[in-house]
Amino acid sequence: MEPILECKNINYSYHSMTGETPALSDINFKLNKGEFLSVVGPSGCGKSTLLSLICGLIAPESGEIIYEGTNITESSRQRFGYMLQKDHLFEWRTIRRNILLGLEIQKKLSRETGAYADKLLETYGLSAFAQKRPSELSGGMRQRAALIRTLVLKPELLLLDEPFSALDYQTRLKVSDDIGTIIRQEKKTAILVTHDLSEAISMGDKVLVLSKHPGKIKTIVPISLDKNLSPLEKRNCDEFKTYFNLIWKEFESNEAET
Amino acid sequence: MKPKLSAQELYIHRQKKRTVQIHIARSLILLLFLVLWEAAADLGIIDSFIFSSPSRVVRCFYDMLRTERLLFHIGITLFETLASFTLVLLFTLFITTCLWLNDRISKTLEPYLVVLNSLPKSALAPLLIVWLGGNYKTIIITGMSVAIFGSILSLYTAFTETDSEKIKLVKTLGGGRKDILLRVMLPGNIPSLLSIMKVNIGLCLVGVIIGEFIAAKVGLGYLIIYGSQVFKLDWVIMSILVLCIIAMGLYQCINQAEKRYLKKI
Ligand SMILES: Nc1ncnc2c1ncn2[C@@H]1O[C@H](COP(=O)(O)OP(=O)(O)OP(=O)(O)O)[C@@H](O)[C@H]1O
Ligand SMILES: [Mg+2]
Repeated sequence: MEPILECKNINYSYHSMTGETPALSDINFKLNKGEFLSVVGPSGCGKSTLLSLICGLIAPESGEIIYEGTNITESSRQRFGYMLQKDHLFEWRTIRRNILLGLEIQKKLSRETGAYADKLLETYGLSAFAQKRPSELSGGMRQRAALIRTLVLKPELLLLDEPFSALDYQTRLKVSDDIGTIIRQEKKTAILVTHDLSEAISMGDKVLVLSKHPGKIKTIVPISLDKNLSPLEKRNCDEFKTYFNLIWKEFESNEAET
Repeated sequence: MKPKLSAQELYIHRQKKRTVQIHIARSLILLLFLVLWEAAADLGIIDSFIFSSPSRVVRCFYDMLRTERLLFHIGITLFETLASFTLVLLFTLFITTCLWLNDRISKTLEPYLVVLNSLPKSALAPLLIVWLGGNYKTIIITGMSVAIFGSILSLYTAFTETDSEKIKLVKTLGGGRKDILLRVMLPGNIPSLLSIMKVNIGLCLVGVIIGEFIAAKVGLGYLIIYGSQVFKLDWVIMSILVLCIIAMGLYQCINQAEKRYLKKI
């Protein structure tokens, strides 16, 4: 099968007058259609940078990113849904109008898309807050609103940067279970950045472990848990612990090196 | 028997009382000032020919309404101020947007803007009048010259301080520069724009009065200069008091607009 997304020998450094910060070095991986990739790594190893590169916000210094056979361009961005690490909801818009922002920009606002937005608000329990301002919502609610803002565009490829980090543990389990299930049902391709190893294993088909300074691929662990199980159910599998220990060891050796 | 107040009600009650007290104190100061002024003039402590008095000012106001078309003078000054204010607003939005769109041009022009802004603008007024003639257009431009450079600098600073992550968000949603401008920069900077406008309205009034001093045949600035030349100091003081009221009124208009906007948010 042809991979839908391919990263070839990517290198990236941030430049400033005071010096160069190498962020990513020699990144190679392939992702098939409908696959779910989890990315884990210590803070500052370049996870957000990787998503920005894939989304085409920044260009790699060397190497290629290929999506459906062609190089990433500005216009391919409209087919990706990138959920940034912070929600960045606009205080001068209501929650509903925040959610419609992408549709407005892409000129796709219509009765159907509006209704779809309302349906998502309903699904994520934000209907009652549709006309409220972002500052009136809790951190978890804001993150859900940001997620809806991404999902309402029906992106082909989802790039999620720690989407659940502002949720309390219980909500986090529930929301990640929901989203994992939705993504799988709709056969979307997704890349999830997270700090939580259990989350990475329970949601991903593969787990990519990055090392620090500059971020290099340590290993990519394919997860072969039963695909029909939901993320929550996967956590109860026997193999889950094996995977956890395997990836944990990679992490440990990571720390030891630095 | 008085009903017992809850803590919240008590708090509100106290706050309201405080506001009322402040308002009373403010009015008292004004009243006291007027009474002292009037009394000092009546008792001959100050020369009412030079320092006027509240009653003379009021009489002068009524006389001038009939004989000197005072309302016309006020109207002209008000019109010139509002015109230069509106133009400053439009030019500020336009020029700041251009500067923001082109980083290199704005960096190049920055020192010039800074110099023009720190220049005492009353120094420019005589020159403008020689160049452009003594008409109301020149006076509007004089009003603009006082406010515009600072206004552009402040808004440009606000633009550059806008959260770059918000811009990144619009980009991730597929937006270009137009979207960034219309959906982040402008709506996000309305609070800064409102506070810049509050400063501008006062500066425009200053500029217009300077212009009228030098070149006009109408307007409050003209009345002040003319009155001082022919020693009709009642005219001068009355005009200054009218200016105070205009300045306060204009400021309050924008202040209310700002309050309403912030409340809506
Ligand atoms: N705009 C920037 N300019 C300069 N250096 C940057 C910039 N953004 C990130 N970096 C540096 O690049 C490296 C990778 O940053 P990145 O944000 O990708 O890390 P991350 O893995 O997402 O971290 P976290 O888990 O804390 O979000 C870090 O060392 C950071 O200091
Ligand atoms: Mg990050």
